[in-house]
Amino acid sequence: MALEAQGLSFRYHKNQPWIIKDCNLNIQKGQRLAVFAPSGHGKTTLAMLLAGYLEPTKGQILLDGKPLPETGVCPVQLILQHPEKAVNPRWRLRRVLEESGRLSEELLYAFGIEGAWLDRFPRELSGGELQRFCVARALMSGADYLICDEITTMLDVITQAQIWHVVLEEVRKRDMGLIAVTHNHHLAERIATETLTLPTDFSGTLPPLHP
Amino acid sequence: MEQKKETLLEIHNLSVSFRMYDHGLKQQDLQVISDLYLTVHPGEIVAVAGSSGSGKSLLASAILGILPGNATVRGHLHYQGQELTPERQKALRGKEIALVPQSVAYLDPLMKVGAQADGHERPRPTKKRRQLFQRFGLPEETARRYPFQLSGGMARRVLVSTALLTEAKLVIADEPTPGMGLAQALEALRMFREMADEGRAVILITHDIDLAFEFADRVAVFYGGTTVETAPASDFKEGPSALRHPYSKALWSALPQNGFHPIPGFQPYAGSLPRGCLFAPRCPDKTPQCMTDVPPVREVRGGEVRCYYGS
Repeated sequence: MALEAQGLSFRYHKNQPWIIKDCNLNIQKGQRLAVFAPSGHGKTTLAMLLAGYLEPTKGQILLDGKPLPETGVCPVQLILQHPEKAVNPRWRLRRVLEESGRLSEELLYAFGIEGAWLDRFPRELSGGELQRFCVARALMSGADYLICDEITTMLDVITQAQIWHVVLEEVRKRDMGLIAVTHNHHLAERIATETLTLPTDFSGTLPPLHP
Repeated sequence: MEQKKETLLEIHNLSVSFRMYDHGLKQQDLQVISDLYLTVHPGEIVAVAGSSGSGKSLLASAILGILPGNATVRGHLHYQGQELTPERQKALRGKEIALVPQSVAYLDPLMKVGAQADGHERPRPTKKRRQLFQRFGLPEETARRYPFQLSGGMARRVLVSTALLTEAKLVIADEPTPGMGLAQALEALRMFREMADEGRAVILITHDIDLAFEFADRVAVFYGGTTVETAPASDFKEGPSALRHPYSKALWSALPQNGFHPIPGFQPYAGSLPRGCLFAPRCPDKTPQCMTDVPPVREVRGGEVRCYYGS
């Protein structure tokens, strides 16, 4: 079992600079990778490519030798930096969670999601509270790979440690692969088995136009 | 404490509640901030640390008077010795009191970020803005981009520039650093430090507490919508033995570099707060008194703590 990027390159338009160029990656199940790079150097883009949110301009993403499935729940789940942008603002949180399958009482408890929160709308929760839902939603989908894009930078350090302890336990239990984008080297030392530093020869360029 | 020094912002007994629908047409008041205190002097960076959902961002909104219509604010809220009335808040915000908002979604999606940073002031502070962008490592063409064309960290640097461009005496920075690399985060904090050294003041709401300890003068720790401790930043650098409240100690120990140990349990939900000390259900040193009575704020070793036993 492996999640692979082969010759992965990405740019939004052919007049725009490359954000990711010839990136090769191979993450086995059970591996935990921390990705570093300065802001604006393609970390989030790489995360979105690996989870199928964006199509590579060149190269491909393979899961066990096959492209990512186009229908059904994606076995590579992405958790975003800003939880408020990752949930439907008009859905109550019960519906947000149920989108990925049956509610797992065990996970809800582990994340400290209280029953009363399920009947609230996203705007009625703090960013930290909301991020717990996003992590729980990704884990409840039964994914094989988890891609975490700065998921705990908005949380207090106790909640950060709590969430990572749950995530790491689930990742170990289910033998999942993990890719964590972070700026915090101390955190990376705690959660990852290896690290990747994205090439920094893009300095001065901007993330270009969306299509 | 430097009690006699002139205060810029003085808050005590602050409470904020929201009127929410419970079932059908039945409404209830949800108290999210209670008995909160915070004092800010000119020339000072006060870091506000604490649990997610402990009311840090709400405090910022309460000071600026931008809470939603179903919110009720009570308590003592004074700026430069005078009460902050809604009219005064409206006159001061964006001029004397500036906000670095928590969410990058506060940027206008349909406006180029350079123009947003320049603001409504005429003549435009374009030259100063260029210098700020340069210090932040934002190339000049960033100014001509729309928010969706920026990465999270870049958008954050634009938000910080926006507040620094005002002549505000008080900047409330609500989580200014996430998404920034370490070098950029340090640069942002250095700019706040310079601001404070000019005699202005900064309230730095942050979860990057290890960075905050390096730049702030004092740290206020919030839990469950109230202040549990205020202490000189140096005490936080020293570690748990110098701290007064068990929650502050727990925060310190949860940092990845200090053990990564989370204490079990969760911050109580605003609708079901415990009767006594808000932290008692999770506190390793609680006594029966903690479960029934709310501890008063006491002065201890140049700081303040809301705990019977903090020493």
